[in-house]
Amino acid sequence: MAAKTRVSAKINGEQVEFLCEPRQSLLECLRDVLGLTGSKEGCNDGNCGACSVLLNGRVVNSCLVLGVEVHGQEVTTVEGLADWRGLHPLQQAFLDNAALQCGYCIPGILITSKALLDREPNPSEERIRTWLAGNLCRCTGYDKIVRAVQDAAVRLRQTGQEVNR
Amino acid sequence: MNKDKLSTAGRTDYQVVGTRPPRHDAPDKLTGRALFGPDTNLPGMLYGKMVRSPHAHARLRSIDTRHAASYPGVYAVVTAQDLQLTEESNSTLDESAVNFKYLHENMLAREKVLYVGHPVAAVAASSPHVAEEAAKLVEVQYDVLPAVTDVRAAMKPDAPLLHDRLITQSLSKPSQRPSNIASHFQHLKGDPSQGFARAEVIVEREFTTSTVHQGYIEPHACTAWWGLDGNLTVWTSTQGAFGMRDQLAKLLSHPMSRIRVIPMEVGGAFGGKLPIYIFLEAVAALLSRKANRPVKMTMTRAEVFLATNPTSGAYLKAKMGVTREGRITAAQAELYFEAGAYPSAHVIGYFGFAMAFMFAPYDIPHGQVDAYDVVVNKPRTAAYRAPGVTQVNFPAEQLIDELAVKLGMDPIAFRLKNVVREGTELMNGTTHGSIGAEEVLRAAQSSAHYGSPLHGPHRGRGVAHGYWGNWGARSCCTISVNGDGTVSLVSGSIDLSGTRTTVAMQAAEVLGLSLDRIKSSVGDTDSIGYTEMSGGSRTTFATGIAAITAAQDVVAQMRGRAALLWGVEVRDVSFERGVFTTQRGSEQQMTFSEVAGRLAETGGAVTGTGNVDPQGWGGVFGTHIVDVQVDPETGKVDILRYTAVQDVGKAVHPGYVEGQMQGGAVQGIGWGLYEGYQYNTRGDMLNPGFLGYKIPTAPDVPMIETIMVEVPGPNHPFGVRGVGEVPIVPPPAALANAIYRATGVRVTDLPMTPVRILEAMGVI
Amino acid sequence: MMRALTAGQDRVRASGATVAEVIDALETDHPGIKERLLAQGQLAPGIMVTIDCQCALRGLQEQVGVESEVRFLPVMAGG
Repeated sequence: MAAKTRVSAKINGEQVEFLCEPRQSLLECLRDVLGLTGSKEGCNDGNCGACSVLLNGRVVNSCLVLGVEVHGQEVTTVEGLADWRGLHPLQQAFLDNAALQCGYCIPGILITSKALLDREPNPSEERIRTWLAGNLCRCTGYDKIVRAVQDAAVRLRQTGQEVNR
Repeated sequence: MNKDKLSTAGRTDYQVVGTRPPRHDAPDKLTGRALFGPDTNLPGMLYGKMVRSPHAHARLRSIDTRHAASYPGVYAVVTAQDLQLTEESNSTLDESAVNFKYLHENMLAREKVLYVGHPVAAVAASSPHVAEEAAKLVEVQYDVLPAVTDVRAAMKPDAPLLHDRLITQSLSKPSQRPSNIASHFQHLKGDPSQGFARAEVIVEREFTTSTVHQGYIEPHACTAWWGLDGNLTVWTSTQGAFGMRDQLAKLLSHPMSRIRVIPMEVGGAFGGKLPIYIFLEAVAALLSRKANRPVKMTMTRAEVFLATNPTSGAYLKAKMGVTREGRITAAQAELYFEAGAYPSAHVIGYFGFAMAFMFAPYDIPHGQVDAYDVVVNKPRTAAYRAPGVTQVNFPAEQLIDELAVKLGMDPIAFRLKNVVREGTELMNGTTHGSIGAEEVLRAAQSSAHYGSPLHGPHRGRGVAHGYWGNWGARSCCTISVNGDGTVSLVSGSIDLSGTRTTVAMQAAEVLGLSLDRIKSSVGDTDSIGYTEMSGGSRTTFATGIAAITAAQDVVAQMRGRAALLWGVEVRDVSFERGVFTTQRGSEQQMTFSEVAGRLAETGGAVTGTGNVDPQGWGGVFGTHIVDVQVDPETGKVDILRYTAVQDVGKAVHPGYVEGQMQGGAVQGIGWGLYEGYQYNTRGDMLNPGFLGYKIPTAPDVPMIETIMVEVPGPNHPFGVRGVGEVPIVPPPAALANAIYRATGVRVTDLPMTPVRILEAMGVI
Repeated sequence: MMRALTAGQDRVRASGATVAEVIDALETDHPGIKERLLAQGQLAPGIMVTIDCQCALRGLQEQVGVESEVRFLPVMAGG
């Protein structure tokens, strides 16, 4: 077992320091070292998207990123979407549209949806589905999820909120 | 079947039932705070890892755990020796002991391994990586045997035998020779030869379906802590905490009161996390006892595919005959189901369902259905949303479609000509109760989708119709009244997709409270009475009745308190929509909250209980319509439009019912077009991951339109029927029928991949 | 599947106050039935009993009415 490495990163807007083995994925570090269990393991080989997080604003599968790679970088997880004001409009849209069932895939789907809406404020149904191709959901059949993202896009445009909250 | 005792057909004055409130558990799930099976983190926690067989069929000669046990960071190692059957069950070896023996051996192999991934040992270590390294150090010697992974091959007389003493269980004369056929059942109605003799058009075909997995995104995971005080606590993702507890008590010879199963949120189950087969929990418990530390065990995705419990693939023969004017005269089928490594049909019930429901949507006077459960070198099969029924709907609905085409009849009109009603007899001799088959077919017929034109080459529209009988079973619910008029509701039903809310909504309706005044939670095995596992589309029905019963109990007690406060008789106090009134003396009234505020002075706390085991539940029908376009060069199927029509009894939360219809339909689409275990001749599964085992993604499917037909279900005060399972039944057949109309060919093997379609078309 | 024992009839009459007694009566009239329905004194695994289309929760001890229809079916439970 190699000696642990010190990693310093900004996680959900907060400067954080932690120790990890070089072989530990970012997903492991988030869940087992930092106690941020919101990001989920579904496959551990980049095929399901349940572990999706934003790395410097881009969607990545955190199971395919090593913990040591985020040294000096910025990571956003599902835990970083809501704040003291309440749920993020995306989260609220999912709640209002009954767009979750078991909820396991939802953190990853929220992250990917946020990344999409950060770039395309008015995406078509086809664009939403294409962006979500890497996030598997087994419960909902995707219908209400897509509607929730469409609804969130409307809300974000209407309130004129800064998308990069 | 049963008199419609409690249904209130046509009621329109519901306050809560039928609305779309937000879910109790939604904020936690949306913010990542909800805790699922793998999300526990206890001080001193170790990580467990299974050692698994690389061979599909082999004798286990020896296991040497010394190197693993002495590896730095390893705290415990277990094998089947640590899970001793008690002397008693070993010696009698009666049927239930044999089943128990199968359960043991499936958890940790004893003499033979029967599928790739079959566990043989387990280690507990300080980190998941150390555990993985240590697992590789366990030395296992195998004598490899030939493997068999296809039911037809397994039934041949010279097939390798998985179990030396397995004799076919059936109601006919017992066989003398062991075989791989674990059981055989038959339903016989009327006189099929006479029925077929009267038919003027007969169709007959053979079909196959592949082994498919429930595909839940959350792998199995648990944490076990066997304390020095002898109390075992298990945190786990399961469909039934009580079933899990009772199984563990038996497996570990430990009193039930010393085992506490705490159900975590479940990241999908669909019948794959029933506590009938225990994969991790008992082993984690043993590791924990040996190490004297909590032990967490999770599965990798490959382990989930290889070594949990997918649903049976099947080989099916079906035959149906009609008169020229469209009346079905006879139907016949032979169903050969995969049991996997151990006999399974008698445990999971897919025989009963498949045989009874295959032709349940049609009034057929003569028929015969034979079902065989065949062991093969694959993981033991279990339930996947309407177990056994999707497999048999695929052939049945294609024959129906083929007959409609031959008769020149509209597919829905043909089905209506043979529709079932209350009192129609099924193939197993039972009769339909209050059902909505005709209503569903007519709603599909008059739907916007069905009435819309479909133009263009290589396009086709398919219809399929299916039935699922639902379930009741034991449920417990308690409701405690708080001093401010809010209430706390606890039930034992694991919440798979929103039932803690739909159950609370029913209580709210009785109590006359708005839903936000009810806190609804799922209890663990220490905090609530025995509740059956969540599955079979039972929870909103049966646990709903438990909640209604508990709420009625609360109201009765509160009426007594109001009577005490007013100095009148209880019979003079009435309750409606949250308000108690009496006419006795001067007319007076008190709200629920006001009475709640005075419980302390009128006798103390009020807790209502509902312990129920309701019978006479109603089944539901679903008709699905799908438009496809098939690429003639690649065989790729694009779904242009999809509509699911279904009887839903009374939709307590219409949004959740829609979600069930949409989710089940898309699972069925995966089953129809993409999913299936693939094997080589050695018995290795070639695609144990989401890349090779493809489940539908967002771009693969369109919006799923839903049409809910409400035919009140029997024996529930609000007419609730189970809705979650029937949506997975018709999609593969609907797709097959659409592909036929788009291409002119019938594909009779699932999944209907591009290669199979091109082969059927003669292109390759 | 048991028609060989009942001389080809698909429905037979039997008397008994409980399912267990009914099975005993069937055995008297059609020898061989009991060993197919029972295993070690219990209902054979995979078989359930319905009385007038309701599941007999108490199995062999379940009471049977005067004109009840008793069926032995493959287990249908779960989902």
